[in-house]
Amino acid sequence: MKPGACALLALAAAACGGTEQALPATDPPPSPLMPGSAFLQADTLALQEDDFANPGFLWVDQGEALFSEAAGDTKACSACHSDDTRPLDGIAAHYPAVDEPSATLVNLEGRINLCRTRHQGLEPLDYESEDLLSLTAYVASLSRGAPISVDITGAAADWYRQGQTYFHTRRGQYNLACTQCHDDNWGKQLRGDTISQGHGTGFPAYRLEWQTLGSLHRRLSDCDTGVRAEPFALGSDEYLAVELYLAKRAEGLPVEAPGVRR
Amino acid sequence: MATIRISAPETASRGEVIELKALIQHPMETGYRRGPNGKVIERDIIETFTCTYGGETVFEADLHPGIAANPIFTIYAKAKKSGPIVFTWTDQAGESWSESHMLTVE
Repeated sequence: MKPGACALLALAAAACGGTEQALPATDPPPSPLMPGSAFLQADTLALQEDDFANPGFLWVDQGEALFSEAAGDTKACSACHSDDTRPLDGIAAHYPAVDEPSATLVNLEGRINLCRTRHQGLEPLDYESEDLLSLTAYVASLSRGAPISVDITGAAADWYRQGQTYFHTRRGQYNLACTQCHDDNWGKQLRGDTISQGHGTGFPAYRLEWQTLGSLHRRLSDCDTGVRAEPFALGSDEYLAVELYLAKRAEGLPVEAPGVRR
Repeated sequence: MATIRISAPETASRGEVIELKALIQHPMETGYRRGPNGKVIERDIIETFTCTYGGETVFEADLHPGIAANPIFTIYAKAKKSGPIVFTWTDQAGESWSESHMLTVE
């Protein structure tokens, strides 16, 4: 190869963030597509599938109560969202989505907070607060079984690209990209655990390690910590973009929230 | 406010063995862990759980650090007469939470 061609190749590699080659417009999903629950131990799966014992339902119950409770002078969520008007069944399967008025990407947590500020005259809830987790768990649980389907066209296209780049970028002291575990090595053992395909369809999920319910962003933050990278803030644009990328990658899988994870 | 979930039959026939399940939302903080600031997270656990049936204690348990958060109990009792089944949790500070379930025996 001529020296000039070598330099060009090196430039091309640098331009796409250290990845080996340019990324396709849409990444193919893992094949066969398997939900996070397919990688659980039998006991953990049994806990998720038991609608009484699944501890995630404690938050769903709490969220249901908050949903129909009017705070102060304002109306309750249930005043607008009932079975007849603006029902929320299946809605969670289409998030994250671009919110047109603000032209920004929002996930379910973000949508709940927008509802609070726009329609209820309330302050947004802190990310990972018990109330926001509960409301998110309740709304997500209304979509259980609905196949994930998100829009990555138009304004969402740039967000998808950002999430895709993140997924393929090596980071942290271990210098690992998400794709190296969750595309190249899923199904294999990592210490005592089986590496999953990395879908977020069970979140917010009750993680036994956390002993509580947590958001997908908290899980992403744990993954970053796991490869010894500096995690981003929960609710940050970086994690929102990854959430959209993951949702597209999991297209067709059913919503499992509240899931139970190791 | 702690969220509580109870699973128990509404009706049972006399002599039938019934399954009772009780789940409560509680951190069960052991007092042995340290937070991100390096300080010990204070112990906060439920210490006792009792279940009464028609005023009579049918099950009692002492809880210790090492029991997971959001503890669940599954217990069995023989249905004798109609009456309230009361589940009570009491934490280390003496605060308690209770949930009652009416059982009709036919």
